Amino acid sequence: MKQLTVISGKGGTGKTSITAAFASLADNAVLADCDVDAADLHLILKPEIKKTMGFHGLKVAFIDKERCIDCKKCHESCRFDAIDEEINLIKESCEGCGVCEFVCPVDAIHMVDRDSGFAYISVTRFGPMSHAVLKTAEEASGKLVTMVRNNAKTLAEDKNKDLIIIDGPPGIGCPVIASMTGVDLVLIVTEPTLSAIHDLERILGVARHFKIPAVVCVNKYDINLDNTRKIGQYCKNNGIEVVGKLPYDNIVTEAMIHEKNVIEFSDGVFSDLIIEMWNRIRGRLQV
Amino acid sequence: MNIAVASGKGGTGKTTVATNLALSLKKAQLIDCDVEEPNANIFLKAEIEEIEDVMVMIPEIDKEKCDYCGRCSEFCMYNALAIVPSDVLVFPDLCHSCGGCELVCPRDAVSWHERVVGRVEHGWADGIDFYHGLLNVGEIQAIPVIKALKKKVDKSKDVILDVPPGTSCPVIETIGGSDYCILVTEPTPFGLHDLKLAVDVLRHLYIPFGVIINRDGIGDKKVELYCQNEKIPVLMKIPQSREIAQLYSEGIPFVSKLPVWHEEFTKLFKQIKGKTGR
Repeated sequence: MKQLTVISGKGGTGKTSITAAFASLADNAVLADCDVDAADLHLILKPEIKKTMGFHGLKVAFIDKERCIDCKKCHESCRFDAIDEEINLIKESCEGCGVCEFVCPVDAIHMVDRDSGFAYISVTRFGPMSHAVLKTAEEASGKLVTMVRNNAKTLAEDKNKDLIIIDGPPGIGCPVIASMTGVDLVLIVTEPTLSAIHDLERILGVARHFKIPAVVCVNKYDINLDNTRKIGQYCKNNGIEVVGKLPYDNIVTEAMIHEKNVIEFSDGVFSDLIIEMWNRIRGRLQV
Repeated sequence: MNIAVASGKGGTGKTTVATNLALSLKKAQLIDCDVEEPNANIFLKAEIEEIEDVMVMIPEIDKEKCDYCGRCSEFCMYNALAIVPSDVLVFPDLCHSCGGCELVCPRDAVSWHERVVGRVEHGWADGIDFYHGLLNVGEIQAIPVIKALKKKVDKSKDVILDVPPGTSCPVIETIGGSDYCILVTEPTPFGLHDLKLAVDVLRHLYIPFGVIINRDGIGDKKVELYCQNEKIPVLMKIPQSREIAQLYSEGIPFVSKLPVWHEEFTKLFKQIKGKTGR
């Protein structure tokens, strides 16, 4: 079984629209939305949820005020400033380490599970999908990403699928690394802006760090041809294949408004270019 | 006055709004807290004058004292310590520096050393007091770098914070304590969906907010309708324009080429000031 992650460094370059289009083209794949912070893939794929699982991120302290003797040891020991001087818990700051529970001399603090979100197993018109939601202001999105990926693997094994296509989050930190470790290929979607080029260099650094092969797609390549050339040159110098160049085309937004991917919505030039890119990626993945 | 510029969805124009707004103010401080992918300085071009490393504390086990009892690894919620026959392994990437292992160790075998995870840089551009943070490539935890940046907030100035995308820990850490938050979105289904998530976060944190619609005209009217129904003020609309996109791609803040927008951003600031009573 092979795994492909679509990432970008910079947000808003078109990861999800491209992943949704691949869903039409891959004939034996599981889709996984690992952008658990701001998941959008379901808006196009319209999954029908078959199974819901609770997700518990880090634990959280619970302070029993009746027992508390106001010694302030927990306040003094917390490295995350999550307990104020009046011994109130600041839930958003608590990282669940358990130090307060340990130092409390009267057993007034207990670490409890927090309901941080849900993971879902679903079916879509393109096949099975693994996805999740993180509750408002909850932490540990990296851990939830890992849960979504594990669910996707189980799905692929059960349903005999030979590929997992993962829609990744923006950035280079915890959830991004959790989305790309151990995959066979990452597709980095960039655009010819100085910001995106800067971010491309950083995300390629992460791929190199974890020794994951990467290919690049330049989206909206025609908004700045000079920068597109620079990206091409940079990739060439670093031995990275540019597998696709897509023009700026409002067809992507129109398709999105109709809750369809661009392949379903149009058989125009843009769709042809996505198909060409997909075939190159398939070649690289040997699926 | 401390204004955070956030979005939920990435690539909607946070940095565009943050930099253009800062350039339209006198005596502003701009802090780019998107430490995973900081872009504000591509537009500001501040010359970096000071660099500070951001450190986290990592446990070091004195193997002379340690008797491999395993209490530290049992206690550690992050699996950053593991006991194998006659050795303790420390995984620095996973450590949250909570100090628990030191507290539970019966033989006083735990001490601490510093590890660099990123840096904070400072410079000036057009009178703007500018900071940004950079998480080192391959590092997991953005929070320590954001915390180091937030210590730089100068309350005597008008502070603009460029917030990372998403809705989880780095976002909460950045926005916490702000007087007002601008949510930048685009008029598409993805933009609307992620705007709703961001609105939930702000309501949860009790921070007043308004919306800027960027690339107005590319999608539909549902973002505006949503704002109307939820009584969320639409502070500004930036039209979809080839000229603005071109300037963005070259790293040029559009207020510097289109003076009418300078005025618009000054008005935006006054409007926000009015809303917060500051």
